[in-house]
Amino acid sequence: MAERFDAVVVGAGPAGSAAALTLARKGFSTLLVERGRAPGAKNMFGGRIYAWPLFEILPDWTKDCPVERLVTKESMAFLTEDASLGIAFESPKLSEGKAASFTALRPKFDAWLAKKAEEAGAMLVMGIRVDDLWREDGRVKGVFVAPDDRVAADVVVIAEGATSGLVRQAGLKADLEPREVSVGVKETIELPEKDLQDRFGLGDREGAAIVYAGYASLGLRGGGFLYTNKSSVSLGLVVSSEDLARKKVEIQDVQTKFRMHPAIQKLLKGGKVVEYSAHLVPELGRNMMPRLYADGVLVAGDSAGFLINNGYTFRGVDLAIASGIAAGEAADAARKAGGMTAANLAAYERSLRARNVLQDLEAFSRTPLYLKNERLFDVYPRLVIDLAERIYRVDGTARGRLVDTVLREVNASGVSKVTLLMDLLRGARSM
Amino acid sequence: MTSAEGKRGLRIVVCIKQVPKAQELSVDPVTKTLKRVGVPSEINPPDQNALELALRLREKHGGEIVVLSMGPTSFDESLERAIAMGADRAVLVTDRNLGGSDTVPTALTLEHAIEKIGGVDLILCGEETTDASTGHVGPGIAGHMDIPQITYCSEVEILDGKVRGTRMIEDGAETWEAPLPCLVTVDFGCNKPRQPTLTGKIRVKRGGLVVHWSAADIGLEPSQIGLRGSPTIVAKVDTVQLPARGGRIFQEEPVIAVSLLLDALRKDKVIP
Repeated sequence: MAERFDAVVVGAGPAGSAAALTLARKGFSTLLVERGRAPGAKNMFGGRIYAWPLFEILPDWTKDCPVERLVTKESMAFLTEDASLGIAFESPKLSEGKAASFTALRPKFDAWLAKKAEEAGAMLVMGIRVDDLWREDGRVKGVFVAPDDRVAADVVVIAEGATSGLVRQAGLKADLEPREVSVGVKETIELPEKDLQDRFGLGDREGAAIVYAGYASLGLRGGGFLYTNKSSVSLGLVVSSEDLARKKVEIQDVQTKFRMHPAIQKLLKGGKVVEYSAHLVPELGRNMMPRLYADGVLVAGDSAGFLINNGYTFRGVDLAIASGIAAGEAADAARKAGGMTAANLAAYERSLRARNVLQDLEAFSRTPLYLKNERLFDVYPRLVIDLAERIYRVDGTARGRLVDTVLREVNASGVSKVTLLMDLLRGARSM
Repeated sequence: MTSAEGKRGLRIVVCIKQVPKAQELSVDPVTKTLKRVGVPSEINPPDQNALELALRLREKHGGEIVVLSMGPTSFDESLERAIAMGADRAVLVTDRNLGGSDTVPTALTLEHAIEKIGGVDLILCGEETTDASTGHVGPGIAGHMDIPQITYCSEVEILDGKVRGTRMIEDGAETWEAPLPCLVTVDFGCNKPRQPTLTGKIRVKRGGLVVHWSAADIGLEPSQIGLRGSPTIVAKVDTVQLPARGGRIFQEEPVIAVSLLLDALRKDKVIP
């Protein structure tokens, strides 16, 4: 006996749960299918969530959302083998209102959001992997697990993460190319709460976020991140998979060197690595996104390549939630317009724009990581640290003027002044 | 009890037990009891084979599969899994008075529940459970019901009012036939249990397929069940202490090591 729903959502991550919640509230009978034993069991991210889209669907989210710490301190740091140069920004404005961001653990956060979708009326089924879409007459009719195990739906929302097979099977995108993805790794390192707060200068519920460039990725295109949870630290890297392959470097070696850096060791001393995870990170950029909708199907979250990594912020979960809401809204609009045709589902693009998802992706992903200039990750971090050394080291030798020091360092770096100027302009523009 | 007249297909009851996953179990060194807290559960593996066998029989002959268990309400997890794998519905006999039951009241309870389900043609049980390993309960049910039983079967066929079971014995295979209704216990590992399906899990979520019966619902008195109804007395539980190995490793040159080893063996009178 074939089961039938108005909507089937594949994947109970932030995008899928937000879509299921929105659909259920709009009166769709909704099935949310998750392949893991529990929502979030198979999911991985850096460690921080920007809260703004939660205000839209769950205005009271702060009441029971499993927040580890509210981020009140943002830093970035350049690393060379043994030195670091950082800037820190602390402001109460960072955690105020819709600008709030928080650190979280995915098994807790994803389970919470999926529960909200269930409370809204969606049916959550776990431990089932959807391998294919049920297609007939050129349109998506539901999901297919086995010949005698399929579920019909007017609309399917694909929200199954970065390595979505369904997006390819729906004909919305070709296979992933190595240059389109980065590899993310993360270690969760346990630290006593008090030590953690002392070392990072944090209050009880306050959290820190740090991004690292330079030696963090051993000069490969990419960077490191550190987020403080309640009594653990998320430390990880996102590195171009193309660079790893070309330079024949193993990501876990990069991560170990990063963790062993003196500036990091000082923060993590005595900590215990309790978890290691790795994941592909889409670096598609706006131009390489899949088609976001077709007859009977919508794509949300990482499956759609909704990720922004511009060097100082990593955004994924907020875009996933916003795109889930937009997908639910679009399905509702399409139903009112007469059915789930591609033409009617084009409302999705408008809903995404209403939440600035596409605009942000266009603005920030103009240069996906694979196009980004290698000098940003190797030469320049070294340059600023050399410069800092010249400025701050006083050893009795002649000092000279600052501008001469700068020019001498630039010359020594082997990068022409014209190139440097161009890079600076390009960097400023991409921000 | 006979098969209901004019009923289409078979009504099969599969008795299952929820057990802790064996590979994740350990024994508390102090209390000498199994540490069950926090250990994930599963359907007793031989019962999974029994369920798979039932599903195949239903595919061939049609009918209905009712999964039956006795235990705390946490057993719903396994009953729901059985439905997600393809069973039609489930019954859990759950009652505080059943606590402490050994295999005698357990078999009696399941027998009463099977009588209440009614019109049952075939009862399938796993050969034994991985947590208690008695193998008593299946035969006990058949005894209480006074129906034939074929134990340790790896193949089961239904032929016009009869069941034919093949059981592996040490030097070959035996084939037995018995009239329905009959109880068959199923060999562990005789088939590959299927995975739950999406449509099966949806049926579970839609609800209403697992019913709970109390001891009173099936006509049992408190004196017949639980500790009072159980003749077993647990006098002592002990763990086996493996003796420390008194071995010695000879690390000298091979020629010297071998002669030293021979000397040592001669000294211990292991060899002349």
